[in-house]
Amino acid sequence: MSESTAERILYSPSAAEVAALRRRKKRRQLLRSIVLYVTVAFLSLTFALPFLWMLSTSLKDDPQVYRVPPIWIPHPVRLRNYPEALTKQPFDLFFLNTLKYAIPSAFGAVLSSSLAAYGFARLRWWGRDVLFFICIATMMIPFQVVMIPLYIIFKDFGWLNSYKALVIPTFFGNAYYIFLLRQFFMSIPQEISDAARVDGAGEIGIFVRIILPLAKPALAVVALFQFMGAWNDYLGPLIYLNREELYPIALGLQLFRSQFQEKLVWPYLMAASTVTILPVIIIFFFTQRTFVEGITVTGLKG
Amino acid sequence: MSIASPFRKIHRTELRNFGKGIAFVSPWLVGFLAWTIYPIIASFYYSFTQYDVLNPPKWVGLRNYAELLLEDEKFRIVLYNTLYFVILGVPIGVVVAFLLASLLNNDMRGRSFFRTVFFLPAIVPAVATAMVWLWIYNPRYGLINSFLASLGQTAIPWLSSPKMAKPSLIIINTWAQGSAIVIFLAALQDVPRSLYDAALVDGANAWQRFWHVTIPMCTPAILFVLITSLIGMFQYFTLGWLLTGGGPNLATEFYGIYLYRNAFQFFKMGYASALAWLLFILVVVFTIIVFRSSARWVYYGGSME
Repeated sequence: MSESTAERILYSPSAAEVAALRRRKKRRQLLRSIVLYVTVAFLSLTFALPFLWMLSTSLKDDPQVYRVPPIWIPHPVRLRNYPEALTKQPFDLFFLNTLKYAIPSAFGAVLSSSLAAYGFARLRWWGRDVLFFICIATMMIPFQVVMIPLYIIFKDFGWLNSYKALVIPTFFGNAYYIFLLRQFFMSIPQEISDAARVDGAGEIGIFVRIILPLAKPALAVVALFQFMGAWNDYLGPLIYLNREELYPIALGLQLFRSQFQEKLVWPYLMAASTVTILPVIIIFFFTQRTFVEGITVTGLKG
Repeated sequence: MSIASPFRKIHRTELRNFGKGIAFVSPWLVGFLAWTIYPIIASFYYSFTQYDVLNPPKWVGLRNYAELLLEDEKFRIVLYNTLYFVILGVPIGVVVAFLLASLLNNDMRGRSFFRTVFFLPAIVPAVATAMVWLWIYNPRYGLINSFLASLGQTAIPWLSSPKMAKPSLIIINTWAQGSAIVIFLAALQDVPRSLYDAALVDGANAWQRFWHVTIPMCTPAILFVLITSLIGMFQYFTLGWLLTGGGPNLATEFYGIYLYRNAFQFFKMGYASALAWLLFILVVVFTIIVFRSSARWVYYGGSME
C-alpha cells in the first residue's frame, strides 16, 4: 500500500488522478479475489479428494483399480459393486442396528439435558453455580478414565451385548448438551416465565409449554449431535457388543474389511464406506445451519 | 403477624427453590454420580489391584504403578508416541484450521459450499475415514504412491514405516479439523470492523492487521480449540486402531490403544486402571499448563462475560 489514508485526506488530487487511483484499486481487488478463489478452490479440492477417490474406486472394476497412474473417472462404471458389497455382509441389519440405539439415545439426550439445562439456566437456587461448574468440568475427563468401571457396571447389570449400555446412560444428561441448551435457555427473556408464574403455572408447565417450544432449534442441535455421534461411535460398541448380529454400521464395516484378509476387494470396501458416509452427508446438507450454530455456541462461549 | 415469619418465609422459599432446582438437574446429578464419580473412584481402587474381571480384584498396592513407571519399556514408547502426537499434531491442527477459517472469512461467493467441504471430514464416521485413508496410503496402488510411481519416483511407505506412520496419521487428523474451522470462522466474524478501520488509518498492512488485530481478537477461541483438541488427542484411539493397530514396530501404539489392549485384550483391568489414572493426571497437568500460559497470550476484550 503506497498511500496511507491520512495522506489522501491531506492532499486533494485532480479528477484524472482520482480515476487512475480507482482503476488501480479495482485492479488490485480483482487480482486479490482471483488469488483468493484459486487458493480456496485448490484447497477445498484437496480436502474433497479422499471422498472423490473413494467414490471413484467404488465404481471401478478390478483392472481399473490397479492402474498406474490412477484413473479418476471409471470406464466402464461398475454399479454392481454396491449390491455385491452390501450383500457380502448383512449391511441392512447393521443399519437397522445403528438406528435402534442412535434414535433412542438422541431422545434421551434431549430429554435429560434439557431438564438439567432448565435447572441451571432458569431457576435460582443455592449451590447452582457450583454444580454447573462441576458439570462443565466433567467435559475434561477422558472416556478412558471411566471406561473400565463402566464396563464392569454394565456387565454386572447384564447390559452387555444389548443396546442398553449405549442408550440408558444418555438419559442422564451430557455436559456438552447441557451447556449448549443452557446458553440458549438463558437468552429467553425471564419476563415470559414470570408472567406464567403469576398466572399460576408450575415449573414443569413453564418448561414444557413455554421453554421447550421456544428452544426447538437448540433441541434439534442436541438431537442431531447425539444421533451423529451414535452413528459414528466406534469405541462404545466395540467394548459393549461382541455378537455380530448386534453390530452397528461402524463395527460392521470393520468386520467387512477383516473378512477379506490378504486380498482386499477395494471397490467393495469403498462402496460400503460410501454407503456408510452417505446418510451423514445427506443429514448434514439438510441441517447445515443448525449444525454450524450448535458448534459455534458450544465452542465460543466456553 | 410475628417478627420471625418473614425470615421463615424466605427460608422456606429458598428451600423450595433449592428443591426445584435439584429436581430439574437430578437426572444429570444421578448420572454424574453413577457414570462419572463412581467410575473414577472405582478406577482408582482397581489401579491398586490385580483384576481380570472373572475373579474378584486382588490388592497389590503400588505394584501396577511401579511396573508402569519403572519396568514397562513399552509404556515409555507409548508415552513418547502420545506426546509426539499431542505436541506436534495439536498445534498443526490448530494452525491449519485457523488459516483455513481466515481464508473462508473473506467476502466470497460459495462460501457455505467451501465451508461444507472443509467441514465434512470431521463428521463422517471414523471407520469410513479409516477405510478411505487405508486405500489412499496403500503402498503400491494408493492415490499418492501410484501417482509417484507413474513419475518414476520411489513410493512413500506411509503407514508401513515406523518413521512415517505418525506423520501419516497427523495428516489425517489435520484433514479432519472441521469443527475447529467452524469455531474459528464464528470468532473471526465477531471481530469488530472498527478495529480494522482503525488499524488501516494507522497504516497497518494486511499482514500487520492479521497479526495485531485478527489473532489477538481470536485468542479466546484459539484457547478453547487448543484445550479441546489436546484432550481429544490424548484419547486418540479409533483411527490409529483401525489404520495401524499400534504398528509398525509400536510406532503408533498410543495411550488410548495401549490402555484398550491391556483392558480388553489382556484383561489386565488393574494395570489398565493405573494407566487410566496416569492419563487423567497427564490431561489435567497439560490443561493447567495451557490455562496458566493463557493469561499471557489470550486477550479478553471489554465484552468478557
